[in-house]
Amino acid sequence: MPVSQYLANIKDTVQSAWEGMTVTFSYLFRRPMTVQYAGPEKAREKHELVQDTLPSRYRGFLEVDLAICTACNACERACPINVIAIEIEKDPANPKLRVMTRFDIDEGKCMFCGLCVEPCPTGSIQHTREFEGTQRTLSNMVLRFVDPAKPAPPYKVAKGATAFPRAVLGSITRPLVKAWDSPPPPLPIESAEEAMAHAAKKAH
Amino acid sequence: MQETLDRLIREVLHEDPQVWAGSWVVYAAALLAVGFGLTVFGALVAGLTSWWERRIAARMQSRIGPNRVGPQGTLQFLADALKLIVKEDLVPPESDQMLFRIAPYFVMTGFALTFVVLPFGYHLSATRMNVGLFYLIAVTALVVVGIMLSGWASNSKWALFGGMRAAAQVVSYEIPGGMLALVPILMAGSLDLHEIIRAQGGFPWDWFVFQTPWGFIAFFLFFATQLAEGNRTPFDLPEAESELVAGYMTEYSGIRFGYYFLAEWGNLWVMSAVISTLFLGGWQVPFVSAETLAGWEAAGTVPVAFYGVSTAVFVTKVVVLMNVIIWVRWTLPRIRVDQMMSVCWKYLVPIGMGLVLLAALTEVLSFQLFGDAAKGPAPLGTPRGALHLAFFAVAGAVPTVLFFRKIFRNIRLTGDRIDLTNW
Repeated sequence: MPVSQYLANIKDTVQSAWEGMTVTFSYLFRRPMTVQYAGPEKAREKHELVQDTLPSRYRGFLEVDLAICTACNACERACPINVIAIEIEKDPANPKLRVMTRFDIDEGKCMFCGLCVEPCPTGSIQHTREFEGTQRTLSNMVLRFVDPAKPAPPYKVAKGATAFPRAVLGSITRPLVKAWDSPPPPLPIESAEEAMAHAAKKAH
Repeated sequence: MQETLDRLIREVLHEDPQVWAGSWVVYAAALLAVGFGLTVFGALVAGLTSWWERRIAARMQSRIGPNRVGPQGTLQFLADALKLIVKEDLVPPESDQMLFRIAPYFVMTGFALTFVVLPFGYHLSATRMNVGLFYLIAVTALVVVGIMLSGWASNSKWALFGGMRAAAQVVSYEIPGGMLALVPILMAGSLDLHEIIRAQGGFPWDWFVFQTPWGFIAFFLFFATQLAEGNRTPFDLPEAESELVAGYMTEYSGIRFGYYFLAEWGNLWVMSAVISTLFLGGWQVPFVSAETLAGWEAAGTVPVAFYGVSTAVFVTKVVVLMNVIIWVRWTLPRIRVDQMMSVCWKYLVPIGMGLVLLAALTEVLSFQLFGDAAKGPAPLGTPRGALHLAFFAVAGAVPTVLFFRKIFRNIRLTGDRIDLTNW
């Protein structure tokens, strides 16, 4: 190796280290790209901040506005994986009318395909921009829109109506999501005999 | 250490431990306590450094880094260590069982033994050896034994490659490392780490790095050899993730894996302490001259605050150097094996030899010119002191100013601005 090459190598080493070190050091004074997501302390406000950045047609948790639900079962039939469960009974007060005693959506199963939203005649079932619902138990992820003690009557569509007075999107699901963060249901306690009997029954 | 302990017992209990029947029990207990304290210190430093390095690395890559466990993520290392302790300690059935199990302890021992001589502040170190630096170079070589053992015992080609690379690297770089350490040794005239520090002064122009051009070049080259001996990027070939999985620790898991990382990050402190002792004035406090200190010692009135201040100065220097090592790691890419060897044998060794010669010549010349004033920090009024200050201005102050100008230029050129939020 000629001496000039040797010296040029040393110069290159020093120069490239100098250049590189100034570039990396300058990043200590710049703002990181990362958008910090919520820690447990500020979960709610940060969540809402992030939510505002989502597009309006974002497919988050489902929401049903029972005030304009006609109890047509179209969404239940459209769902490919049986996420929605609706039960309709006769109104005990007035046997000529029907009431919904159950309208459950299992968000733990939902794949957010949006097929239930399409057939809804009044736009009662919609995707919201709610997305944060971490739970300690999977069964806690079932959204119950109807209180069994207060069955909901179906909505009567006025003739020729094309628009329906829907509640603000998210205003119904959000309180339900908050309620989710509750202690898990008690574990089913089976004695050994019960378990064996259960298994035998299943095998039978 | 014995004298310190004796003095402490005399002052607190007003008794002479030399006449006690079982005085060795007291000494043994004190030894154990100091050993335990230093090992815990090493582990804590390693843990905190692991967290800090991840934060700095993240900033340099425009990320944020771990900031969830504890305030700003400071307790992250506890979580990581707990995870490693709880994990299963796998020993591959094909491996050499005993060697595989003891290899991490060699690495840990080589790391922990360095704390025997490392200074922490004025008069603060476990022992004072008159061959302190020699001892340090000797025990750090023990690390490579552990790395080679783990490479061999794992019975895995990745681990073997890593182990062999580590052996080649550490053994090679000890030669220029030792040679470059001779430069400050010549300037100080001692191998005792405290004596080397005492030969320097509190101000930057009294440090060996800014006294002569040889010291200045030797500082950077010694820094490079220390990086290579500690297996840090750009010399982290032994564990090169992209080529060797994880090098010599490929087959390790659980806390044995953790020991390697503990030693690696703890080594940052060791490296930085050695560099700052040899070149950056160690615990020397500005405005406290050698004469003042000698006066205090002669009268037996060294203020307690001086111990604290000197420790703070030393720790600051070490922490700054650790940051530089981290910064180098996240700037320079890993070099190839042949490049690693050629850097050592074609560049560092010959240049190191030249520097030792020039440093020796300078010492002789300076002794001829200045006589007895040629040793130790020189006051600014003297010709030697003026020379040091001039060299500091050229080699230290000007590059620092240029450096910060270049940084702000870099930020401006990318259309960015200084913003310290979003930590």
